[in-house]
Amino acid sequence: MQEYLPLASFLFLGAFMAGSAMLTAKLIAFESGPNAKKNEAYECGVETFGDARIQFKVGYYLFALLFLIFDIEALFLFPCAAVFREAIGGVSGLTAFIVMADLGLFIFILGAGLVYAWRKGALKWG
Amino acid sequence: MDLSTTNFIGDLVREYSPYSWVASIVNGVIAIVAIMAVGVGPSPMLIWWERKVAAFTQARLGPMRVGPWGLLQTVCDVIKLLFKELITPHGADKLLFFLAPALPLTGSFLVLAVIPWDHNLQVANPGMGVPFIIAVSSLGILGTLLAGWSSNNKFSLLGALRCGAQMISYEVSLSLIMLFVVLMSGSADVREIVLSQQGNVTDWWIIKAPFLGIAAFVMYMISATAELNRGPFDMSEAEQELTAGFHTEYSSTAFAMFFLAEYINMVATSALASVFFLGGFLPFAFPDFGFAPIVGVVASINGALAILPGFFWMAGKILFLITLFMFFRWTYPRPRVDQLMSLEWKFLLPANLILLGLGAVFIAFGLILP
Repeated sequence: MQEYLPLASFLFLGAFMAGSAMLTAKLIAFESGPNAKKNEAYECGVETFGDARIQFKVGYYLFALLFLIFDIEALFLFPCAAVFREAIGGVSGLTAFIVMADLGLFIFILGAGLVYAWRKGALKWG
Repeated sequence: MDLSTTNFIGDLVREYSPYSWVASIVNGVIAIVAIMAVGVGPSPMLIWWERKVAAFTQARLGPMRVGPWGLLQTVCDVIKLLFKELITPHGADKLLFFLAPALPLTGSFLVLAVIPWDHNLQVANPGMGVPFIIAVSSLGILGTLLAGWSSNNKFSLLGALRCGAQMISYEVSLSLIMLFVVLMSGSADVREIVLSQQGNVTDWWIIKAPFLGIAAFVMYMISATAELNRGPFDMSEAEQELTAGFHTEYSSTAFAMFFLAEYINMVATSALASVFFLGGFLPFAFPDFGFAPIVGVVASINGALAILPGFFWMAGKILFLITLFMFFRWTYPRPRVDQLMSLEWKFLLPANLILLGLGAVFIAFGLILP
């Protein structure tokens, strides 16, 4: 637990730096006061209309789901990859083959998922 | 706290202080200051360097007026930004609007903390350093999405969505390449990965893994360029379509924080590339191939090169990679969004999976030595 203390200090440092920078600007910068035109969202000079929280393409969600699947599977592979060389070196013959087959199976499942998404047309943009 | 940093001031304190924690705190503070200096300090310099590289590519001079060769230009820009008014657009979600710039900065700081800068210069060394890096670098995506949504601006929202889709897509291939490096070095510990490349140039992973290393490095650079949202993959801030993308509404230091995070991220990503493929803080050493007549000469040249501390080698490798990123930006035209997405999902990702499989087979047959 203690070795995460320096990490916590960096977390704090990052937040502190951003906060203090924005506070400094708030304190020392010249402010011209609120103004309806100035505070309007920028739309290339045309008057702003409607709300900006609009509907957007469902494709973004699809890619987010794909990302989740692949990232989690990659994370699952990390411990496996870290011990792979030792597992292969420490054993011989059939056991080594089984270790290889295990990793191969995992990568095959990853690949099969990709092929499935591809065939279903999830990777098509627009 | 067990810091993996030692230095002579900390050792001195440890020797003469009755409390061991005093030395730890001194060590920690020195390490944090040093890493702030190398991670954040060069950012203004890098902005100047980027403008100079751009100018060089386009046969211009770049900034020349402020200071010698325009060196002080960025300082002026920072001062200007500090005195700008911090505007909150109408209808913005105030809390999220000001939280968003802090997130990418915090994420990139956390990545800096686990990078080994030298034999004894690393703030924290969690055992599973590589997954940790993948986890905290996602904070940047969160910041981008929050910034786009909370601005109440259509350009911001669309830019943030595009940027988010692009960054999460390329994070998949980036983490698979990191997985490949972990597979080869047999450790998810960042320092162990560097130490597994000890020896000469041919022991760096880019060469030690025959063909696969260089393929992985090229794919890492492509994915990293997209992950950093830098040109030619700067779809999220394609000026012609989206004005400035997710940070359209940001002014003053809030904008500066996004800008700073981008450059710190570039330093961190280049540092990781050098850790994974180019030997990190290990000095450059020529191979002698066991060829008797040159063994002595090569050994003395390598000895001379090794005099420079590891920190300088790390910095040199980082500067080289950053310059490469800058050349990419000013050389290649920007692709379309759908082309970018198909590059990732239909080329890089299958290629990465094949790379992983081949890596496992190569290791099993002893073609990649530890």
